[in-house]
Amino acid sequence: MAEEKQVCLSGKGLTKVFGFGRQRTLAVDHVDFSFYEGEIVSIVGESGSGKTTLAKMLLGLINPTEGEIAFQGQVRDISSQKKRKEYWKNIQAIFQDPFSSYNIFNKIDAVLLDCIHMRGGRNLPHEKKVELMTEACGFVNLKFAELTNKYPFELSGGQMQRLMIARIFLLKPKVLLADEPTSMIDACSRATILDMLMDLRREIGMTLIFITHDIGLAYFVSDSVYIMEHGKIVEHGSADEVILNPKEVYTRRLINDVPKIYEEWDLSTV
Amino acid sequence: MKHTLQQVFHSGKFVIGFVIFVALMLIVIIYPLIITDAPLTIIAQGTFFKPGIYVNVYDSMNAPKYTLLLEDADAKRIASRLTPEDRQAMKEWLIAIGIPDNAIDIEDTAQLLGLWETHFDPKMQIAGMTNAKRNYYIRLNTSLEGLLATEGAIIAAKNADTGALEEKGNVGQSEFVNVTQVANVRVLPLGTDNFGRDVLTQLVTATRVSLQIGFIAGLIATLVGLTLGLLAGYVGGWVDDIIMFVTNLFTVIPGFVLLILISFSIGQERRGATTVAVVIGFTSWVWTTRAVRAQVISLRNRDHVNLSKLSGHSLVHIILNDILPYIASYVVMAMILQISSGILAEAGLSILGLGPRTTDVPTLGLMMNWAMIYQAHVLGKWWAYLPVLITIALITFSMNLMNTGLDQVFNPALRD
Amino acid sequence: MGKILLEVRELTTKYVTRFREDVYAVDHVSLQVEEGKALGIAGESGCGKSTLALSLMGYYFAPLHYISGDIIVDGRNITGMDPDTVRKAVLGRDVAYIPQAAMNALNPTQKVINFIEDVIKVHDLGADKKEIYERARILFETVGLPESVLHKYPVELSGGMKQRTVIAIAVLLSPKVLIADEPSSALDVTSQKMVIKMLMRLMEDGLIGSLIFITHELPLLYNVTDDIMVMYAGQIVEKGTAREIVFDPLHPYAKGLMGSIIVPEEGVRDVKLTAIPGAPPNLKKPPSGCRFAERCKYVQPLCKVTSVGFKELDNGRTYRCIFSEAELREAYQNG
Repeated sequence: MAEEKQVCLSGKGLTKVFGFGRQRTLAVDHVDFSFYEGEIVSIVGESGSGKTTLAKMLLGLINPTEGEIAFQGQVRDISSQKKRKEYWKNIQAIFQDPFSSYNIFNKIDAVLLDCIHMRGGRNLPHEKKVELMTEACGFVNLKFAELTNKYPFELSGGQMQRLMIARIFLLKPKVLLADEPTSMIDACSRATILDMLMDLRREIGMTLIFITHDIGLAYFVSDSVYIMEHGKIVEHGSADEVILNPKEVYTRRLINDVPKIYEEWDLSTV
Repeated sequence: MKHTLQQVFHSGKFVIGFVIFVALMLIVIIYPLIITDAPLTIIAQGTFFKPGIYVNVYDSMNAPKYTLLLEDADAKRIASRLTPEDRQAMKEWLIAIGIPDNAIDIEDTAQLLGLWETHFDPKMQIAGMTNAKRNYYIRLNTSLEGLLATEGAIIAAKNADTGALEEKGNVGQSEFVNVTQVANVRVLPLGTDNFGRDVLTQLVTATRVSLQIGFIAGLIATLVGLTLGLLAGYVGGWVDDIIMFVTNLFTVIPGFVLLILISFSIGQERRGATTVAVVIGFTSWVWTTRAVRAQVISLRNRDHVNLSKLSGHSLVHIILNDILPYIASYVVMAMILQISSGILAEAGLSILGLGPRTTDVPTLGLMMNWAMIYQAHVLGKWWAYLPVLITIALITFSMNLMNTGLDQVFNPALRD
Repeated sequence: MGKILLEVRELTTKYVTRFREDVYAVDHVSLQVEEGKALGIAGESGCGKSTLALSLMGYYFAPLHYISGDIIVDGRNITGMDPDTVRKAVLGRDVAYIPQAAMNALNPTQKVINFIEDVIKVHDLGADKKEIYERARILFETVGLPESVLHKYPVELSGGMKQRTVIAIAVLLSPKVLIADEPSSALDVTSQKMVIKMLMRLMEDGLIGSLIFITHELPLLYNVTDDIMVMYAGQIVEKGTAREIVFDPLHPYAKGLMGSIIVPEEGVRDVKLTAIPGAPPNLKKPPSGCRFAERCKYVQPLCKVTSVGFKELDNGRTYRCIFSEAELREAYQNG
C-alpha cells in the first residue's frame, strides 16, 4: 500500500557528528528513510540512539553534517530565514515536556496568535482571530474564553499538551513530528492526547511522525516503525512486521525487555 | 510578577539591604536640599577641625544674655582649663622643689592653686627637666591666671578717634546665650578635613558621585556583558569563538591592572568622574559575559526556544522574548554586584591617586586619598576617613545583601 | 496466610507547602504486607503514592508531618518512636526505602565500599573493614553484581548499575520491608528489567522480607507484585490481586487506569484506550464526597455528598464506590 502513496519526507545518508577529535560522536549515522504522505511513522530508540537528533534535523533546527533531506520530492533548502519560515509552515512539532515547551512570560493568547500570524492571518479582524482560536481550543476540549489572559503554567500537563495540539490545528502543517508527546503526562491523559492527535491527522490529513522510546506505543499507533540503535536504523517495516516478527537481535531484545501482561515476561534473558 | 515581588520582600536579607540602601539614597537626596554649600568650598582656616558645634564668639557677645545659676558651672569651667594631667604635673613640680607629698591634695583646687602661686617661679632650674617641659609649665602658669576669679570679663572696643579702649559691655560668669539666637552657628558633625572643608557635606556629595560612578560602571559592564553573552551563547559557532577569545584575554589580564594602566594613560586632567566610571565599566564586563553565556547555552536548547523558531520568529525576537526574560533576574543580580564592585574599584583607583581629577567633585575614593596623603590616620583624625570607610562598607554590604536575598528568591536551590 | 510484616492502620499524613498550606496527601490509608509477598501501589502522578512511600518509613521531617494512624512493623508500633530511634533502629533493618532518583543520591567523591561502611557504622554493628568488605562481597555476589563495583566511584557506573548498587546497599541489613518508589522508571528497558530481576531475586533469597513497589507503569506492576492497591487523591480506591486489578478492575478510576495500558503484544492495536477527562482534585481542599466523582462516567448525585466507604467482596477484594459489584459490571458491559 505504501508504494501507491507519495513520499512526503525522505532522508538519504543523513549524518550528524557532534564534537571534534576524541570527543567526536556520531549521533546519527548515515540514515536513509522515506515517510509517506498521510502515514503514521514511529521512530523508536532508547536514550542515546540519536532519535532526538534525527528529529531536530527533520525539523531544521540543526543542520546535518552530511546527507540530505527531501520534502515532497524536492531537496530541502532552508538556508535563509525566509525559506526556513516557509518550511516550518509545512512541518511542525510537539515536544516531550509540556512544562518547558512554553515561554512562561507569554500568555496563551500569544501562543495561538503566533500560529494565526504564521498562516498569513496577521491582518484578520480581531473577532475572526478569536473565532479561529476558539475553534482550535474547542477541538482539544479547552474553552478559549477561560484560557484567555492566562499563562500556560496555570494549566495541567495534559491541558498544556492539548494546547500544543490546538496550535497544530491552527497551523495545519503537512507533517507533524511528535517527540515523546505522552511520556511526561499521566496515563489517563495519554489516551486523550493520542485520540486528539489521531483526530487531528484525519482532519488535516498530515503525516504523523512519533519519536518514542516506548515500543508499545509505537506498535499501538503507527503504520510503520523504524528502530534506531546507536545512530543507525537497524530495522524498519510495517508495525505488525517489526513488532510481531522482529528480525534484528536489537529489536527482539527491545520487545523482550518491555513488561508484558498477556504473555509471560521472560526475566531470564538479562 | 506581583507574586515574585512579594517574595522578594519576604526575604529578610533583601529587606535589610534594601532599607540600608534606601536610607543612604534618601540622605544623598535630602541633605543637599538643607545644606546648600558647595562640597569643595574651603570654610576652615587650618586643618582637621574636630566634629562639633561651632558658635561665633563675636555674635554671641551681642546675643541676648540669660542668667542661669548652675551649681557645677564653676567646677566645669575649672576642669576645662585644669585637666587631671595638669594637676598631676603641678604636683610633680611642687614635689621637685621640696614640698612634702602628703601636703599636696590635687583634688582640692584652691589649696593646689595656693601652693602653686606661692612657690612657682618660671626662672627656677630643676635638675633633669627639659626645656620643653619648662615651657609647658610656663604656659600652664599663664593659663591658670584668673582661674578662681569670680568677676566677669569686660568687652571693650577701640575708639576710632582716640585709639583708646572703651568698655562696651560686661560678661558675667553665669551669663548664657541661647545658641539659636546667635547669628552664626555652624554644626560640623564630622569636622573638617585637611583643606578645611566640611567633611559631612563632602561625604554626602562623594557618596552620590560614587554611586553614580558605580551605576554607570555597572550599567556599562552589564550591557556589554549581556550583549556579548547573549550573542556568544545563542548564536554560537565562530561568533562564540571570537567573543570567548576576547573574554579569555580579558580574564587572564587582571582587571585592576588594566584599569590602572588605562587610568594612567588617560592622564589626570582628562579623568572626570564619568570617564573613570566608563573605564571601570569597560574593564569589568568579563564575568557577566561568561555567566550570561552559560545561562543562554542552557536555555538555547529548551523546547520553548525551538517552538519559537518553528513559529518563524527572528533571531532578535527569540533573544528578546524567549531568552532575555528568563535570565533577567540573573542579570539584575549580576548588575547589583557590578555596581558595588564598581564603587570599590573607584575607591581603589583613587587611593592610588588614579581616580577622577580632584578639582570638580569629591568621591569616596578621593576622600580616602586625601585623608591618607595628609596622614589623618597617623594624626588620629578619625573623622576624615572612618565615616568614608563606613559609607563604602554600608553601600557594598547593602548591595550584596540585596543580591543574596534576590538569589534566594530566584534560585530554588537556596530557598529555605 | 503468611506472617504479617507490615501493617498500616488508618495512616494520615500531610505536607505543608511553601505558602503554608496543608496538603493531605495520605488520607486514612490501611494496608498489610505478608512475608514473601510484593504489594504494588498504582496511581497517577500527584495521587499521593510517593508521599505514602515516605510516610511508611515512620521517619518524618519537614515538609512532611504525621497526623494519625499506626505503622506496625513485625509486631512493633513505630509511630510513637522518636525520630532518631526510628532512623537508627528501624530504617535499614526493618524498613528500607529507595526513592525515585536514588541513583543520583550517591556522593560522587566516595567509592561504593565507603557507602557500605557508612551504613554499618550508623547502625553500630562494630565490624572492621575486612569483615565489612567480606560481607559486601557476598551480598554483591548474591544479587549478581560484580565485585569490582565495590572499588568504583558512582560516576564510573551506568545508570542501571548505580540503581542496582543503591538497592544492594539498601538491603545490606536484610530489611523486613523494602519500599521501592519508581526504582526503574528513569532507566532504559534493559536496565529496568535487570533491576526488576534483582528485586525478584532478593525476595526469593530472603534478603528482604517483603516488597512494596510503587509505580505508574501498570504492566511492570503486574509482573512484579502479588497484590495491587490503586490510589487516587490520597486514598486507596481499590485493592486486589494483581491479576484481578489489571484484568478485572471494579472501581471506575481503576478501570480507566487499566484501560490506558499499552504493551507491544498482538491484539493491543485493536483495543480502544480509555481516557479519563479532567484532572485530580486539589488536595488542599479535597471534595467531601467520592473524590473521583468529578471525573466519573457513572457519577450519581449521591456520590458528591456522601463519603464513600470500602466494600469487601468474598475473596477479600475491596473497593471504594457506592455501586455494588454487579452494578459496576453491568455498567462496564454497557460501555
